[in-house]
Amino acid sequence: MSGHAAAHADHGHHHQSFFQKYLWSTDHKVIGMQYLFTGMLMALIGGFTVYVFRMQLAFPGESVPLWGTVTASDYNSLVTMHGSIMIFWVAMPVLIAAFGNFLIPLMLGCDDMVFPKLNRLSYQIFLISVLVILSSFFVPGGPFGGAWTAYPPLSADPAYNATPWGATLWLVAVALEFVAFLLGGINFVTTAMNSRAPGMKMFDVPIVIWMIVLASLVFMASVGPLIAGAVMLFFDQRLGTGFFDPAAGGDPVLWQHLFWFFGHPEVYVVLLPALGIVAEVMTTFSRKKLFAYKTVVFTAIATSIISFFVWAHHQFVAGIDPRMAGLFTVTTLIISVPIAEMMFVYIATLYGGSIRLTTAMLWALAFIAEFLIGGVTGIFLGAAGADVYFHDTYFVLAHFHYTFFPIAFIGTFAGLSYWFPKMFGRMMNETLGKIHFWGTVIGFNLIFIPLFLTGSGGDHRRIFDYSLFPELEYLQPLRILATVGLLILIAFQPVFIYNFINSMFRGKVAEANPWRANTLEWVAPSPPPHGNFAEMPVVYRGPYEYSVEGRDEDYWPQNVPGDAPGEPAGQSAGQVA
Amino acid sequence: MGLPTGRLAVWWVIASEIVIFGGLLGSYIMYRLSHDAWAEQAAVTNTLAGAFNTFVLLTSSLSAVLAHRAAEQGDGRKAARMLYFTVLGGGVFLVVKSFEWGYEISHGYTLASNLFWSFYYTAAGLHALHVIAGMVIMLFVARTAARNEELQRVENIGLYWHFVDLVWIFLFPLLYIAK
Repeated sequence: MSGHAAAHADHGHHHQSFFQKYLWSTDHKVIGMQYLFTGMLMALIGGFTVYVFRMQLAFPGESVPLWGTVTASDYNSLVTMHGSIMIFWVAMPVLIAAFGNFLIPLMLGCDDMVFPKLNRLSYQIFLISVLVILSSFFVPGGPFGGAWTAYPPLSADPAYNATPWGATLWLVAVALEFVAFLLGGINFVTTAMNSRAPGMKMFDVPIVIWMIVLASLVFMASVGPLIAGAVMLFFDQRLGTGFFDPAAGGDPVLWQHLFWFFGHPEVYVVLLPALGIVAEVMTTFSRKKLFAYKTVVFTAIATSIISFFVWAHHQFVAGIDPRMAGLFTVTTLIISVPIAEMMFVYIATLYGGSIRLTTAMLWALAFIAEFLIGGVTGIFLGAAGADVYFHDTYFVLAHFHYTFFPIAFIGTFAGLSYWFPKMFGRMMNETLGKIHFWGTVIGFNLIFIPLFLTGSGGDHRRIFDYSLFPELEYLQPLRILATVGLLILIAFQPVFIYNFINSMFRGKVAEANPWRANTLEWVAPSPPPHGNFAEMPVVYRGPYEYSVEGRDEDYWPQNVPGDAPGEPAGQSAGQVA
Repeated sequence: MGLPTGRLAVWWVIASEIVIFGGLLGSYIMYRLSHDAWAEQAAVTNTLAGAFNTFVLLTSSLSAVLAHRAAEQGDGRKAARMLYFTVLGGGVFLVVKSFEWGYEISHGYTLASNLFWSFYYTAAGLHALHVIAGMVIMLFVARTAARNEELQRVENIGLYWHFVDLVWIFLFPLLYIAK
């Protein structure tokens, strides 16, 4: 708790200029919001790119409104940017950095991160990476066109990717982004280890914090080889080395190993925080204790460890040793066990609860439903035999999106609708929230169910114009259906943006604890001031004591002193700030 | 947890650095095992200079430890002196390194001439960047330590310096001794 006193000392609450307050702040909440808004802006760009290339796939060769005719090289750049932006500049900053920054100190009951300046530096480096990737849209050749996995030789040689500048800028931007998240991750982990409120023991920490911290650790332990790989690829591109060039004795498969050694744990880096958000939302709106708290923690730890031993399932057709393929099939199928266990835990949490279908809860439920489809289809791809057929088809793409869309969007929307009152001190509109929910979920399924079918039918995912493949002509109606689904999905997003901005300024004023939840962030005022708590909270119990028998209220905040377990519950204990 | 916040963070920095060097050296070792011909290239590297540099770095780690001891005894001035000595060691290391590289480059062994040399310059270069970063940070730490302030930083930068040292202990046999 040494951070408390020191941080308070220099918090002099004097007047700050706009620049100091919002752009140069060391306050974890402001930095969280910076990440959130940057991520949301990037989501608009990532969304625009997918709109353009899906239109091209549905109506090949026709002029796309707001873009024009899509050339083959435009198409490559657009799909690459869609993947890169959505993962590195939307999912990562929003799920880990925005929620992590906002929630960790609040839910742990401290006034800020242990290294506020490092935190600010982390965002600034991230912002530079954003500017670099955006600048690549304006260089000769356009943004990188070698797919977000950047396999050499495609990524190493401009003769193949046709984007000499974009390829290098992409590498630089991704490397900068990794540095930003390493700094942020170190901060998160150190804060969670050293700065918890008095009385908060390891198993009193809310699940979402466990998940974000575990995700930071997984990121920290997996990204190193890819940073090394990025340096090597940069030298291959710019300085004539041949790390990944067979002609010079190198091996392109090495990149695939380095990339996926990071790339697969990365799935869990973003999945875990989303699962954590869902756990918080579900317990609050089931008014029931989280089923098997420790099981969730231990399965999350198991998932984190196993995630380091599955990466080569992306490379079954890359010429790796078939014995290795067998091994990675086994590990890949094993990792579905802890994840399935978590799904059961969440469903068991719902059982017998008094469920409130708020917008946040709808998103949380949808997360479970949609992510299950993603998980189940993953079994096909994890098994080497089936993957040889499905590899690089739209089946993979649909599977991937059934995991990542629930993570990056459904999970985020659950979190935003749940914590919005805490973030901005006002309530979001529930009706608009539900309209947005149904439009998004229906649109989403309408995109990717058809794509499972086209993939099984033989659509390879890197084709820019299917009219060149008459034998696949019969799949065109499904491709058009997927694009229609996308247009529906996009059409409903302005509802969210309007609701978000309008509620920020004109929503109903929120009290400190509008959802009657237990965790510490709801003790602080909405929105919390610099320093978070008027009086630093002390923790007496775990985060999920809902509907405890014998109590007047159906919740029991972590900071409310109460009776020792086993004694009759007191009446005075229910007072909440 | 028992560890002070600053030291804990340094350990996490080291943990994330280990995987960066781990990825690079792991790739090198895998290649090396399948490229016997690299032995000829490796024969060109100057083992004597490498050994001397190993000695210099280890000695500089000793003075980092002495700085830590002085800091624990509350003698900031002595800690600062020992840190300056460590920086000096880093400087000697870099000077020797630049003579080696100058010789090798002038004889045509450049970054792009062959995969062995690509790894040689990339790994040693990445390590040298860490040496430089450590020296710069150490100068800042020494300046405050001399005023008897923030003495806990002496141990933290020492930890980092030992890590940099340890990376070199891996690089030296991999790049110089294995012929």
